[in-house]
Amino acid sequence: MRFVFKTSYAQDLELFRDSVQRNWYAVLLVGLLIVPLLVPSYLVDISLVFIYGLCGLSLMVLAGYTGLVSLGHAAFLGIGAYAHVYFVHDLGLPWLVSVALASVVTAAAGVLVGLPALRMTGVYLSIATLAFALIIQEVLTRWERVTGGLKGKPVDKPVVFSVNLGGEVAFYFLCLAFLIGGLWLTGNLLRAPTGRAWVAIRDSEIAAQSMGVNLAVYKTIAFAYSAALMGVAGALFAHKIGFLAPETFSVLLSIQFLLMVVVGGLGSLHGAFYGAVFVALLPVAISQARDSVPAWIGAVAGLFGKDAGGATFLAVDQFVKKPGLEPGLFGLILVLFILFEPLGIHGRSRKLQLYFSTFPLYKRATFRRQKTYMRSERLR
Amino acid sequence: MNGLAVGCIYGLVALGFVLIYKATELVNFAQGDLLMLGAFTCYMFVVWYGVGYWPAFALAIALVGLFGAALDATVLRRVIGQPQFAVVMLTIGLGAIFRSFASIAWGSEIYTLPTPFSAKATRIAGVTVSHEYVSIIVGTVLLCALLYVFFTYTRAGVAMQAASQNQLAAYYMGIPVKLMFSLVWAISAGVAAIAGVLLAPVSLIDINLGFIGLKAFAAAVLGGFGSIPGALVGGIVIGLIELFSGVYLPQGFKDVAAYVVLLIVLAVRPQGIFGALARKKV
Repeated sequence: MRFVFKTSYAQDLELFRDSVQRNWYAVLLVGLLIVPLLVPSYLVDISLVFIYGLCGLSLMVLAGYTGLVSLGHAAFLGIGAYAHVYFVHDLGLPWLVSVALASVVTAAAGVLVGLPALRMTGVYLSIATLAFALIIQEVLTRWERVTGGLKGKPVDKPVVFSVNLGGEVAFYFLCLAFLIGGLWLTGNLLRAPTGRAWVAIRDSEIAAQSMGVNLAVYKTIAFAYSAALMGVAGALFAHKIGFLAPETFSVLLSIQFLLMVVVGGLGSLHGAFYGAVFVALLPVAISQARDSVPAWIGAVAGLFGKDAGGATFLAVDQFVKKPGLEPGLFGLILVLFILFEPLGIHGRSRKLQLYFSTFPLYKRATFRRQKTYMRSERLR
Repeated sequence: MNGLAVGCIYGLVALGFVLIYKATELVNFAQGDLLMLGAFTCYMFVVWYGVGYWPAFALAIALVGLFGAALDATVLRRVIGQPQFAVVMLTIGLGAIFRSFASIAWGSEIYTLPTPFSAKATRIAGVTVSHEYVSIIVGTVLLCALLYVFFTYTRAGVAMQAASQNQLAAYYMGIPVKLMFSLVWAISAGVAAIAGVLLAPVSLIDINLGFIGLKAFAAAVLGGFGSIPGALVGGIVIGLIELFSGVYLPQGFKDVAAYVVLLIVLAVRPQGIFGALARKKV
């Protein structure tokens, strides 16, 4: 096991824990830079991973670090996307200015939701953000002059400083740059007083308040920052999907974002990225499995007789081609994670790391949940 | 009259939320999907197997109620004591599974449930009232009376009240708290199934029927989460607001009226009409 002995305050402020960690991130960065050479056919999917990574980051700040669970983050994504497209196409602003403005507009929307949210806790907040998302979806449908209504709105390729970044490789690097920027900003913010205040609010509002944290201010900042990140992600997302329609930004998308932070592991920036990889690549994996799984099962059943093989193949094939299967699978994964691994993929990887670094002294009790009784949140 | 009937449905779904919330402090985001399952089960018995409407109704209630109890015993009991966020996510996940199950088992088409009340109407004091809406209102009133009697006069009902007020004390008094929780889930799922079957002739049955649960949230919050009469009153108020905003406000407001009310209530009076404000003492 490696211990880091800190001998000065400057060391405490560094972005990476030690040189080993920094070198691993450098290796990861180099790896990401040469990805376009290695797997050119999957670049489109990987760009989506980066965009989802930004979304996960945004929700992680709010749900994982501040403890405010939002069920309506797709609405912020939608606001960002529509605002960006409106600024770029209808007003003809430069691309970067438009992205910045879109994130400002989204942050303003975040403050708008955050203000009434100051008085709510726990599940009320989730319900309120859900209601907000449904209202925004209706607004996107009805406000036809700006959003194009149900007909939708086509999106051109991104052009930055009159350089067209619409190609697969260029767009990949654009998304990567924004993701790294977002990670860097968020990582710094979380080590600063703002981030510490957020974590304090998450762990106990009353304790945070008694330590002098202004709940209203910091919750509003959390909402605004989270929404602003979502606005940037929305601008990229608009270019990614190439066509905006109100039904894209539905409740289901919000739930996917939550799935992302839960599966990745609440309360860690790594978790946001793991979750993004998972959610963005799962549909790809499912569609691949759709083609191959019936054949496998058919082959296995074929061992028990010729007819059984063919019949099973047809039955399984029909089953996996049913349209409603995918959201159900998402739901099932969500349920299984909450029941069996509430710490998510990040928690699992930490357990593995600890297992190997302390081998053979690893104890399961290290990660055992302390609280097993029911604590009333009705505050009687 | 239509607004009142739709409001009754919202009220019934909200009642399901409130029952579970009062007893176990879990908020069940899958309530609307239980409603959908109830409607589909009844449809399956009536149309596929040719069972009469009333036996099918009873079967649907019993099956969905049993399912609710099983759900509590196998899945939801494990998350008691975990942060509320986990529970919210869990029930959302369950809802997605139910919808997926329904679309695989019954298909994603839109169905109509034939009932004894379909396409009949009576004129009362010059107003034409269709029997479907009357059936909803009568059903709601009967169900509420039944639940009131159950919670006030039977041993199990009183035990349930005790368990929801103070779990530990109830447990010391020899009340089987776990069983009571399962029973509450069964009742709540049964109420959802009743709401589903009553709603089926008015709106059509499809797998997205469960999204009515979102509007029922507005009803539950308006009435004060945790108040049973509040849930019903809230439901009826939301139903009427929706009706009038459809008539008097521009197009599009009808669909979001419930959510706007929800946001306003949460911002102005988070404890709802009937709720009491509680503050934690340090």
